[in-house]
Amino acid sequence: MNDRGGPAVCAEGLRKRYGGTNALDGLDLHIPRGTVHGLLGPNGAGKTTAVRALATLLRFEGGRALVAGLDVARDPHGVRRRIGLAGQYAALDEGLTGRQNLELFGRLFRLGGRRARLRAAELLEHFGLADAGGKGVAEYSGGMRRRLDLAASLILAPDVLFLDEPTTGLDPRARGEVWDTVRTLVSEGTTVLLTTQYLDEADRLATRVTVIDRGRAIADDTPEGLKNRVGGDRIEVVVAEAEDLGRVAGIVARVAGPGAGPETDEEGRRVHAPVSDRVTALTEVARTLRDERIRVEDIGLRRPSLDDVFLRLTGHRAEVA
Amino acid sequence: MATGTITGTAARSSVDLGVPQVDRSHERLYWVLADCWNVVRRDLLHYRRLPVLILWRLGFPMVSVLLYGFVFGSAMRVPGGGDYREFLMPGMFASTMAFGFMNTATAVVTDTARGVTDRFRSMPMSSSAVCSGRGLADLTVAVAELAILALTALAIGWRSDGGLVDTVAAFGLLLLLRFSLIWVGVWCGLVVPNEEAAGGLYAVVFPLTMISSVFVAPSLMPAWLAPVAAWNPVSSTVQATRELFGNPGAGGGTWVEQHAVLMAVVWPLVITAVFLPLAVRRFQRLSR
Repeated sequence: MNDRGGPAVCAEGLRKRYGGTNALDGLDLHIPRGTVHGLLGPNGAGKTTAVRALATLLRFEGGRALVAGLDVARDPHGVRRRIGLAGQYAALDEGLTGRQNLELFGRLFRLGGRRARLRAAELLEHFGLADAGGKGVAEYSGGMRRRLDLAASLILAPDVLFLDEPTTGLDPRARGEVWDTVRTLVSEGTTVLLTTQYLDEADRLATRVTVIDRGRAIADDTPEGLKNRVGGDRIEVVVAEAEDLGRVAGIVARVAGPGAGPETDEEGRRVHAPVSDRVTALTEVARTLRDERIRVEDIGLRRPSLDDVFLRLTGHRAEVA
Repeated sequence: MATGTITGTAARSSVDLGVPQVDRSHERLYWVLADCWNVVRRDLLHYRRLPVLILWRLGFPMVSVLLYGFVFGSAMRVPGGGDYREFLMPGMFASTMAFGFMNTATAVVTDTARGVTDRFRSMPMSSSAVCSGRGLADLTVAVAELAILALTALAIGWRSDGGLVDTVAAFGLLLLLRFSLIWVGVWCGLVVPNEEAAGGLYAVVFPLTMISSVFVAPSLMPAWLAPVAAWNPVSSTVQATRELFGNPGAGGGTWVEQHAVLMAVVWPLVITAVFLPLAVRRFQRLSR
């Protein structure tokens, strides 16, 4: 309707104070339509505050935000007609069935009884909940709740979907289901803003990622670009005897190839180095260690974690709130 | 349900998802009422799905009727004479209304803690319907509770000796008390952090109903406690309904007891005047 070609989300200098601290300290965010944008940061970084501000739940004190082309502060009602929101907890009525939940929200989206029923049936079918639709939500598993919650946020087929840590507390299978849903939605034109604490989640889903710390964007890049800043995968060997460390460093250096050499951690009896070809590096190192009869306590590949990204970008560890 | 094949997806529906444009004030009023009704409807669906819920909620007053009426009843005195169970029933009606505020508070805190309130607030619905719908639903349930309780009372021999108008007025006063406590409940539900903490509200409600004329006439209490009980808003409703039903124990020595019907109107109005704005302000502060 309005400004179809413009960005899905455009925020400039968002500010929000809580008590004495800046929950949002001049946050900028620019999300093109039809993409998945990751908002990455530790607890307390301001991710949830940012999503709540953009989803019209929280008044912000400074800055300007456009969502789906509409001004969040001036036309919150218009924004609400174009967004969907799924938070960290499944926001459902436990006393109703899955179908009744979707019909309730459909009616409150002002679809009227008939269209609310049809849309509920459609979404239950789409999310594989058609058989469970008549069961009470209290009997649903965590994964089923999350799917129903997603369905509820999609009743109006919104232009922009906000997902606040959508996979926190889910088992790997349910997490995969959420990821598939997000991919399907985006392929059909929805824009998704997703907050997460997990780099691999952002990696798999997001076109771009904004890293946020203390209410401010400290990096905006592709997942690939972010990982390159930290360095890619590393091979890590822990030896049984500290005197073998030198020999192991030599072996790792040969396999890892030129570039950044291996680092040795005497205290942890640990040698680690960046690698480009993960599997070859691992099998080569393991074979050589066995041939040279070096006793090893542990060997493995490590992906850079959010902690690593954080440490590199901010110079401080992610604070656990 | 939906016939034929379902072709829509999450992002592209076969259903027309156009939301009505609300520009004129009469359209706005229509949708405020429609939203409110849908919130009420949601609450009533709980009872349709689990009718036993309403029996649960009546469990306490019913057990109280039996305990106080039959176990303690023989040892209880009614000032001015009269049957204790006749004296007790108006008290049971009023204390059920008073305890009802717990249901409001629990429902509000559950919705807020689970994110349902935020979901409503992120939707293009009228935000006042979230509270007004809650209140109307609770009032509807209160009517059902009173009806079931009155039937129980009739079964154990309670009668209203007042005329039709007085009897209806008495039930009206009971609902007025419940109405005023809705706003206390909404406010409490928004203030307490979680469902567990809401359970602690019993510590407030229990004395509120005990230190009153629900079970015992204030004139029989120690001199320092009697005025507290007499000036308790619940007591005014109890005394007023005793008067209107023509049940024993009406009236009393103090001004507040002699003007029970007046006070049974004044108290709820005062409570509403204080807590309705507080509840609304608290609700608006969710966006701070």
